[in-house]
Amino acid sequence: MKVIARRPESLTEAKFHYCPGCTHGIIHRLIGECLDELNLRENAIGICPVGCAVLAYEYFNCDMLEAAHGRAPAIATAIKRLQPNNTVFTYQGDGDLASIGMGEIVHASLRGEKITVVFVNNAIYGMTGGQMAPTTLLGQVTTTSPYGRNKDFEGYPAKMAELLSQNEGSAYICRTAVNNPANVIKTKKAIKKALQIQQQGLGFTMVEILSTCPTNWGLSPLDALDWVEEKMIPYYPLGEFKVKED
Amino acid sequence: MKTAQVIMDTGARAAALAVKSARVDVVPGYPITPQTSIMEAMAAMVENGEMHARFIPVEGEHSAMAAAVAASAAGARVFTATSANGLLYMHEVLHMASGGRLPVVMCNVNRGIFAPWTLWADHQDSFAQRDTGWIQYHCSSNQEVYNTILQAFRVAEQINIPVMVNFDGFAISHCLMPLTLPPQEDIDRFLPPHEPEWRLDPAQPSSFSNVTNASEYAPFRQMLSDDIMASIPLVKQAAQEYKDITGMWDGDTIDTYRLEDAEVVALAVNSMAAELRLSIDILRQQGIKAGLLRPRLVLPFPAEDIINALPQNAQVMVLDRNYNFGHPGGILASELKSVLFGRRNDITVKNRVMGIGGIDLTRTYMATEIRAMLDD
Repeated sequence: MKVIARRPESLTEAKFHYCPGCTHGIIHRLIGECLDELNLRENAIGICPVGCAVLAYEYFNCDMLEAAHGRAPAIATAIKRLQPNNTVFTYQGDGDLASIGMGEIVHASLRGEKITVVFVNNAIYGMTGGQMAPTTLLGQVTTTSPYGRNKDFEGYPAKMAELLSQNEGSAYICRTAVNNPANVIKTKKAIKKALQIQQQGLGFTMVEILSTCPTNWGLSPLDALDWVEEKMIPYYPLGEFKVKED
Repeated sequence: MKTAQVIMDTGARAAALAVKSARVDVVPGYPITPQTSIMEAMAAMVENGEMHARFIPVEGEHSAMAAAVAASAAGARVFTATSANGLLYMHEVLHMASGGRLPVVMCNVNRGIFAPWTLWADHQDSFAQRDTGWIQYHCSSNQEVYNTILQAFRVAEQINIPVMVNFDGFAISHCLMPLTLPPQEDIDRFLPPHEPEWRLDPAQPSSFSNVTNASEYAPFRQMLSDDIMASIPLVKQAAQEYKDITGMWDGDTIDTYRLEDAEVVALAVNSMAAELRLSIDILRQQGIKAGLLRPRLVLPFPAEDIINALPQNAQVMVLDRNYNFGHPGGILASELKSVLFGRRNDITVKNRVMGIGGIDLTRTYMATEIRAMLDD
């Protein structure tokens, strides 16, 4: 009998706690598949964020460490420098990476730390219940911008992939989405490429993934996928922003 | 004449309503569980025009307190709120607020601190800020949160020292209780507009928080230390005048229950102290003459009031919801022993740490613990 689909060995048997329609589960699975296919499960060390993915250590079947809010890149830096032969990745949301952790991520990139950052951008704080994030779109209603984000008071949404692609230390910066099957496949390719570039030691790697938050967006799971296409992608264009050749 | 309004609401909303009635000008904020509900309420009140203030959504708690400091230096009435690791992240700037003598008022919604993570209440977060030069209240009901925030602004602005108003995550922040809202005219009478003596004002150029040499620095620190102690009468006065105007009383520096003839005194803060009243009743039914002493003001620690309130030869059972690392037991017990030393040699102090990381503290559990402590 031929196995055509199975749970990646790099994921545990634990059931995800994520809300119905949330795409964290897809992204977890893609990372698991990439670690399996690159034979990195025994070699990988992951860093969890503060946010919805705070329990990611329950799901990844490799060594995991929990960070303080926004500090995952600093922790990943120390691990990678002490254990350069390990594959080190952080899994961070937009509140964690682009708000309280903005300093850490920029400096990890500037230093060219040989780590892989999986950055999940769903344009909102999910775990704390739907507050405005740095990535919240202009006009988007959140619990702390109840009449929509206003550039005059709350400023503009952070374009992290474009920002970090400017840094010499960045070796691979890509933005993908997981709102349809084609984009899911492209996301997997991007994660795999980032891990491979980390293995080659070329520098800092990050895949920004546009994700959904049906619960806090107040949309059905299907409408949330459309919202990514119609609202997020026009502001956050997909593609590779930096690819350093060896 | 307008009458008070009675509603049902959460502790977090009680805080936000107090901030609104205090006519606060600036609210910088960053979400963190379980404080987030306060910031959500503030953002909504500002954006729908209920409140004439600026809400500044910043990128982290360090910046939230920095924005609060700057707004306060500009002469605004400022409020912010945080919890647990958010409070720890502010730590450096807490010193800037107190050293800069800026009357910021902040709610800390108590939550255990990382690592490992917990979302639930204990008091390690606020007690870890003892030495930041902030005055600290600890509240045991939604109404007390509301009342205390108004009293805190008054005390802070009288003596130019920031005030932290602490209450437990979830047990207070997310639970509905009846809440009496005094008429706005009464609040305005209690809390006049903030008129700071010094502010950033281009018409009267001055600079704040300068570099100093030791001979200048030391007097600043001494003044802060002296003025924190001098805040005790102001805390009492604020509680009394608030009572005179609104009729509401939560205690001043301390709050007591069946204490006068008590032989066994439970001492604790925050929501567990509200539940402890019921434990006291249970112990009394069991023939133990028990009473409660709740420090409402934890910093400065109200030494004289505690010394005067404790009955002769009482056994004090300190129930700490925090650890005093490096010492056995908790921080409240150490604070109490330091004020009793040489003053009340008739008092014995026993101590247990409980309720860490949100472990539920029921009336029967605490009554049982106090009985067991009698045999310690």
